[in-house]
Amino acid sequence: MTTFTDPQQDGGFRLSMLLNDTRYRGLTFQFIALLLLIGFMAFLGMNLVSNLAAAGLNISYEFLGEPAGYDINQRLIDYTSQSTHFRAAMVGLLNTLLVAVLACLTATVIGVVAGVARLSSNWLVAKVMSLYVEAFRNVPVLIWILIIGTIVQQGPSPRVYLGDDPERGLFLGFFAFTNRGLTAPAPVWLEGSIWVVGVFLASIVGVFLYRRFVRKALYDSGRLYPVFWPSVAILLIPAIVTYFLLGQPIGIDMPDVLANRFNLQGGFEIQRPLIALWLALSVYTGAFIAENVRAGIMAVSKGQTEAAASLGLRPRRIMNLVVLPQALRVIIPPLISNYLNITKNSSLAIAVGYADITATLGGITLNQTGRAIETVLLLMLFYLMISLLISAVMNVYNASVSLKER
Amino acid sequence: MKKTVFFGAVSAAALVAGAASATTLEDVKERGKLNCGVTTGLVGFAAPDANGNWEGFDVALCRAVAAAVLGDPNAVEFVPTTGKTRFTSLASGEIDMLARNTTWTFSRDNDLKFEFTGINYYDGQGFMVPKDLGVTSAKELDGATVCIQTGTTTELNLADFFRKNNISYEPVPIETNGEAQQQYLAGACDAYTTDASGLAATRATFETPGDHVILPEIVSKEPLGPLVRHGDNEWGDIVRWTLNALVAAEELGVSSANVGEMSASAGDSPEINRLLGTEGNLGEMLGLENDWAKNAIMAVGNYGEVFEKNIGQNTPIGLARGLNAQWTDGGLLYSPPFR
Repeated sequence: MTTFTDPQQDGGFRLSMLLNDTRYRGLTFQFIALLLLIGFMAFLGMNLVSNLAAAGLNISYEFLGEPAGYDINQRLIDYTSQSTHFRAAMVGLLNTLLVAVLACLTATVIGVVAGVARLSSNWLVAKVMSLYVEAFRNVPVLIWILIIGTIVQQGPSPRVYLGDDPERGLFLGFFAFTNRGLTAPAPVWLEGSIWVVGVFLASIVGVFLYRRFVRKALYDSGRLYPVFWPSVAILLIPAIVTYFLLGQPIGIDMPDVLANRFNLQGGFEIQRPLIALWLALSVYTGAFIAENVRAGIMAVSKGQTEAAASLGLRPRRIMNLVVLPQALRVIIPPLISNYLNITKNSSLAIAVGYADITATLGGITLNQTGRAIETVLLLMLFYLMISLLISAVMNVYNASVSLKER
Repeated sequence: MKKTVFFGAVSAAALVAGAASATTLEDVKERGKLNCGVTTGLVGFAAPDANGNWEGFDVALCRAVAAAVLGDPNAVEFVPTTGKTRFTSLASGEIDMLARNTTWTFSRDNDLKFEFTGINYYDGQGFMVPKDLGVTSAKELDGATVCIQTGTTTELNLADFFRKNNISYEPVPIETNGEAQQQYLAGACDAYTTDASGLAATRATFETPGDHVILPEIVSKEPLGPLVRHGDNEWGDIVRWTLNALVAAEELGVSSANVGEMSASAGDSPEINRLLGTEGNLGEMLGLENDWAKNAIMAVGNYGEVFEKNIGQNTPIGLARGLNAQWTDGGLLYSPPFR
């Protein structure tokens, strides 16, 4: 065996090698570019600070601790006009998250249904879905928010439900659809209700355990147990039994039609702005997700479907057991970006009067305090955090469905 | 990507702030145009007419300042601003003055570093409701849904009013007056609240204004006036005294009809002479031509004319002078003397 050694290098590192030696040249230029970039940023920062100082302004977040002074219509946590601006921002942040989560869920459902249906062999279904996808994908989301905002505003005034002898009774005796939103009875949690809820949650776990048992039994012994009705029974019966055993600890708070002359009081209200924004974001993003789903399904080779069919699987089973699990690998990555889009698009909320974080922190707080730079920086921080969080969670899920190389 | 946007925003803020260096008066003269911030459209106060010419009570003030400074009432670039963007526009130097029914408050004056140069309309926040609701007082609005335009003092007054009277309400925040109007008419809210003058202006554009009533309660003081940036006192004085000139002109009986004649030569009244520049050198003290006030009055008329033409009793808006009458008629308009 022969060994080769490099020719002896004399002198080692010389300064000129930074430019002349290809091993170092790239690094040298990157370093210079980095310095220039830092210098440019520092210039902008200094310029900002010095101009603010010249105008007698400063960067300060003290306003966050001061009373906000304004009211917010939709709030998930306690808030009054005497709460702080920070609290108002939190109310807005939760509202943003609420509409984002709701819209992500419904957009996914709509998208999967529309995407699968667009590939349907039924001509009408496929064409209607193409129409849906093209119409929603190619019109800006703000327009859709305004259109849907106007549509959900077409309900009757809540006044038709009010009074001793209303023009219109509550739908099924429980619900009221008005141009302000949807009012429904709300549960009232009395003493002991925690047990009912606990039992119900345990039942949900029970359903999953039962399904796992059924699957195991199928693989082990080939016996197929019924799934649907036992699941329903496990889910409902224990909770109902507990409910009556404990003497009906959960009451209902009916919408009150006599409380005042303007609106229904009490009960549970989903306000119109939330409905409008939720629907608009769902159907808009649903169209994009539909295309992702279609692309994912088409990426699964036709041979897979034919092979499954030749084993005697029915079309629905083929879709659920063979095609979709493989298609998910293609679908998930663009789905993440669609979820991020929903979250970011929810900042258009003020168009329909929904109090998201852009409307509270970036709207009213910004105006009342005049702290534009501070609030906008905070807003960017919040959206960045939410987006990174969604990405992180979805990437974990993506890793779990991606192709496992063994 | 996020980072780029971040630095883009910061640099934009930094660069824009860097632009306002020379004095505003020099800037305006050099540009040959006054950049004046107005509303995005509130009939009577500032709205483009059928030909696209801006008209209204606030617009007249912009034109008066342009006439005083540049001698041409049409040398104005109107910049529509929302309640949200107006202060940023002014602070960044995008506009030279803001005449956009803006309430003079302590924090806007001191914390936001603006200078209010006077009050051109004494207003107060009111409520408008459909007549068939049968509401006669704002205190009966317990549980009502109320539309508010965001980015104004309105939402704070509203919260205070309902808290003080211990009644509840549902606020619906709306971005612009036009959208608020549409939501109110669609019945998405029971009441619409903004400055009483704005309510009158909004109601005037309805198909059937008679179906809506403005409730008697005025829940706040809203002194509306033009404002400029802190730190350029010379420019602030120009805007302040142009407004004062219009007010004084009405008090002294100078109008667009007789100003040409009165300014041709010095008359009997020394104050009119000083105002119109036929005596003394008030214009020079302000850094303008001596006929500055004459130009302003000739362009838009005196305060009373501006009021009657745009928002007075004979217009669809139909506002009475009320607090906005001259002090000699029991109002609050009181111009310091021109001497």
